[in-house]
This record gives sequence, structure tokens and C-alpha cells, in this order.
Amino acid sequence: MTAVSRNEVFRRFRRDRLAMFGLVVLVLFALMAILAPLLVDDDGLSAVASLDNPTWARPSGDFLLGTDHLGRSVAAQFVYGSRVSLFVGLMATIFTIAIGSIVGVVAGFAGRWVDAALMRLTDWFLVIPFLPLAIVLAAVLGRGIWNIIFVISITSWPSTARLVRAQVLTVKERLYVDRARALGASQLHVVRRHVLPNVAPLILASATLAVPISILTETTLAFLGLGDPTQASWGKTLEEAFQAGAISRSAWWYYLPAGLGIVAVVLAFTLFGRALEEILDPRLRER
Amino acid sequence: MSDDLDAWPIIDTTDTLVSVRGAHVRFGAVRGAGAGAVRAVDGVDLEVARGEVLALVGESGCGKTTLIRSMIGLEPLAEGSITVDGHEVTRNARQLRSLRRRAQMIFQDPTGALNPRHTIFEAVAEGLRIHRISGDETELVTAALASAGLRPPERYLRRFPHELSGGQRQRVLIAAAMALDPVVLLADEPVASLDASIRGEILALMRSYVDTHGVSIIAVTHDLGLAWNIADRVAVMYLGRIVELGPTEEVLADPQHPYTRALLSVVPETRRMEQQILQGETPDPSRMPTGCRFHPRCPVVASGEAARLGIEARCRGEDPVLTVRSVGHTAACHL
Repeated sequence: MTAVSRNEVFRRFRRDRLAMFGLVVLVLFALMAILAPLLVDDDGLSAVASLDNPTWARPSGDFLLGTDHLGRSVAAQFVYGSRVSLFVGLMATIFTIAIGSIVGVVAGFAGRWVDAALMRLTDWFLVIPFLPLAIVLAAVLGRGIWNIIFVISITSWPSTARLVRAQVLTVKERLYVDRARALGASQLHVVRRHVLPNVAPLILASATLAVPISILTETTLAFLGLGDPTQASWGKTLEEAFQAGAISRSAWWYYLPAGLGIVAVVLAFTLFGRALEEILDPRLRER
Repeated sequence: MSDDLDAWPIIDTTDTLVSVRGAHVRFGAVRGAGAGAVRAVDGVDLEVARGEVLALVGESGCGKTTLIRSMIGLEPLAEGSITVDGHEVTRNARQLRSLRRRAQMIFQDPTGALNPRHTIFEAVAEGLRIHRISGDETELVTAALASAGLRPPERYLRRFPHELSGGQRQRVLIAAAMALDPVVLLADEPVASLDASIRGEILALMRSYVDTHGVSIIAVTHDLGLAWNIADRVAVMYLGRIVELGPTEEVLADPQHPYTRALLSVVPETRRMEQQILQGETPDPSRMPTGCRFHPRCPVVASGEAARLGIEARCRGEDPVLTVRSVGHTAACHL
């Protein structure tokens, strides 16, 4: 990977319209999640507080996105749901990338039996079937947001570890690593000054691509009823809409916002991540 | 052979800087000395004096690069010992670090040896930081760059390697090595990747440090012209062992080993010799020939001259040791 200066990255990124579109969408959703209490009344989430509201109300001035079968505001669920989706997506990605990077760097750099042992462990996690594990863990640990994060992280770090290890192996053989050793550099110095900076762009790109996968996974688990029952999330909204028969009632305002929200966020992260990956990895730019 | 020639030659042993004794480096060896291991360095004895320039010549794969890498602990020794300025090359990290300040390496490919993400300043300052050398970092770096002929040095500090020419990059590497004030420079084909027009400048630069800093240089090369230009002594390596060693003029003007003669005969400037194109490839260093390691390709054996002299059986069955040919000039051949 050749060096790309920081200014060059920004310049290329600004030229990429799809990536800029993705970034704008992400910023909007992030603002919505952060400013949720200012945008909607969280009474709209509670069935008790919504007892006086009409059920299955169409979108109107009172309820921007209508109400559900319990009279709760769909808009409130949508806005607060973005918090859970984004939070789970980001946290799961942080853990995935952290575990994957540490395992990948240690395995690639240490080599020999350390590498062999860590890679066998990685293989073992790689072949664990995801959904059954998620269901079992949800049953054992109870349903909760941190359990979802745990399940996503524990099943998705192996691919990151393999990616990072491969990059470390190529960087480790570079002549400048030899030169650093000949200068008297310690292992730690070589990792910090030479290996990590050359692996970091790859980690960053793979992180931005791991976020949408994590968000989709959270939605899947919530839709299967494995999410936190006390917190609104887009997946949970979809599940409840499905259970309440919103589709046969043509209550599109109930399920469409959550569905489109997921699509928009996943698409935005993917566009952003792809552009970043292409800019930072010259091998992809050629195509 | 008279007695006075048997004494260990010209080098004042009290001033020996680098001392290699019975060095072996093996690759792919299963548990030490196993069959099938590649014997890259196979029993080398060598002494280099303070302020001396030694050229290590030989064809690709003869183990010359491996030998100098082992001098700085980049390749572990399977047997034997190496000391640099009284410090033994070990596997102990702390001892290696202090050794690596005394011995510095210069690489064949200056482009690959510089991290593309680091500025020239960072590349030169890296060694200073590793060894926590006191003093103003910017001052030390600019002084090192200036002494390596990069003037004005301030112009280079913020630049990246890809903005420099190959010759300038090699100067940066030399500056970075010399910034640590080493006693010996280990140069691995220092000019092989450079334009012919700037090779001379780089060699002159390296040679100048011998005069100004009293540094020793061990330069690996396959170019006998380079050896002729800068070296005080030449060591010829073949298949992991030194087969001829002596003062540059003597080795190049009066080669004693058939392999040295063959090497010299193909240098364009030495047309007075009849060209000897060696038959066959270098033998596989994992299957060393019996007897003299050069005998399967030796023109003396192939032409039947060895048989006429009655030494062919020894060539095929007995490993020759270095014997003194003239003052300070030794060769490993039964001839």
C-alpha cells in the first residue's frame, strides 16, 4: 500500500459523490439519534402514556407518522429506534475490530506457534453458525442490548482477524522493517511505528463496512424476538408491526419508516466504506 | 612456504573490529543441524580491522548477504561466534540493541528500506530515538544529511521518500546509519540498484566516512569493479565459505583460486584473460558436494589438469582449507 497523504484522501473523497451522499445521510441520522429527546416526546414509546391516542391512526398533523396498534407514536419509535440501531452497530463494530485487530496483529507478527494457535481459534469461531448461537446466548444470558452486541462481536471478529493478519504478514517482510531492526528497534517499536500505521487504513475501511452488517444483524435478532423488549429499535418495530398484522391492514406508516431507515443507514455506511477502502487501498483503485 | 608466511597476516590483531569464527547459518533446518537444511553460511572465519574496507564478492546465493546479516543479528548463527567491537552477537535483545548501534546496515534497495509513510526527518531520527541519543534532534539530523551530501539539509526534512531520486534515498540511508556514529557499516550491494552515473558518488561518500570517522566497511557485491575501487581487501565467497581472501590488488591481479579466476575472466575490463564460463548452476546449498565444494564446476578439474597434477582425488574427496599464498593472501584450493 503506498502512502496517501491526508489531504489527498479528503480531496479524493470529496470528488466521490456517492460517498459524500453517504456521509450526509449518516450525519443526519447521527444528529437524529443524538437529538432524539428534542425531536419527539418519549411518551410516544409507552403504551400506558398512549392510552388516549387513537390506534392505527394514519399520518397527520398530530402524529407525523401515525400510530400503531397500541396508539403509540410511530415517529417516536422511529427516532428513538435509530439510537439503538446505531449504538448496537457502532459498539459491535468497535468490539469486532478491536478483537480482530489484536488477534490479527499478534498472530501475524509473532508467527510460529502463536500464529498457529490463534488461527485455529479463529477458524473455530469462524465456523460457529451465527443464528443458533445468537438464539442460545439470548436464551442463556437473557434478552438485552449488550447481549446482542456480544453475540455480533463474538461471531464477526474472525474475518477481521484474518484480513489484518494477512496485511501484517506482507508488511512484516518489507525491507524497512528489516532496516528498523538493524537500527536496533524493539518488536514493540516495529509494531507501533511500521506495522500498525500500514495496517490502520485497512482496519478503518473494514470497520466502516462492519457497521452496516452489525446493524442488519441487530435488526434480524430483534425481528426474531431476541432483542431487548424494553427498548425501541427498528428491528423491534418491524417485529411488532408484523405481529400486529400491519401488513394485512395496509398500515404502511407503521413498518415503512423503520425499514427505510435501515436501508438508508446500511446503504450510507456501505457507500462511505467502499469509497474509503478504494482511496486507501491502491489495488482497488485500479479497477 | 616459509615460516614467516604462516603467521597470521597484515592485520594487527589488537585492532580487530569484527571477528567471525566458525560461523554457520542454516535455513529450514529442523532442530539444528538436520539433513536437507540449506547451509547458507558454512564455516566462515574472518577478521576485519578498524578502518578497513572489505569487499565480500561472489555470485547470487553464495551466502554473502546472509553473512553480513548475521553480523548484526538479523540471521541467527547455528554454530560459531561473531564479535563486533568486542560485543558478541547474541539473541539477547538488550545486547543486540547496543551492538546495533556499533554496526549499521545499508541496503541494496533504498526505496524499499524507507517507510513510504515517514518523512526523511523521521527516517533519520528513528535510530536516534531508538538509542535515545542526547542532543537536539533536528540539529543531529540536519548534520547527518549534510555530511551525506544532501545540501541544504533543511530542504529534505519534510519530504517523503518518493519525492527523492534513488541516489538521494541511498544518501538518506547512509546519513541515518552514520547518525548513530557506528564503528562498522555493513553494506549490502549498496549501489547495485543505482544508475551507473551515481554509483561512483555513493562509493566515494562511503569511502569518505572511512577517512573522516575511521569506520570500517564490509561491502557485499557481485561487482569486482566496486571491490577494486573502494576495498582494501577482498574476500571471495563460494557456497557459504570464503575461498580466497587477500589484499585487493593481489586477489584481483594474481588470483589463486580457480573460482576467483573465473569471476575475473568475465569482467569486461580484464580482456587479457581467456574467458572461463563456468559450467552448470551453483550447486544446491542443501546438498553440498563432497570434497572441494567447487569441484563439480571447477575448470581445473574439468580440463583434466587436476588429474595430470595428481590432485583430482583430493579435489573430489577432501575439503580444502585456506592456506597462505603470500603475505595476507590465502586461498582454499588443493592446487
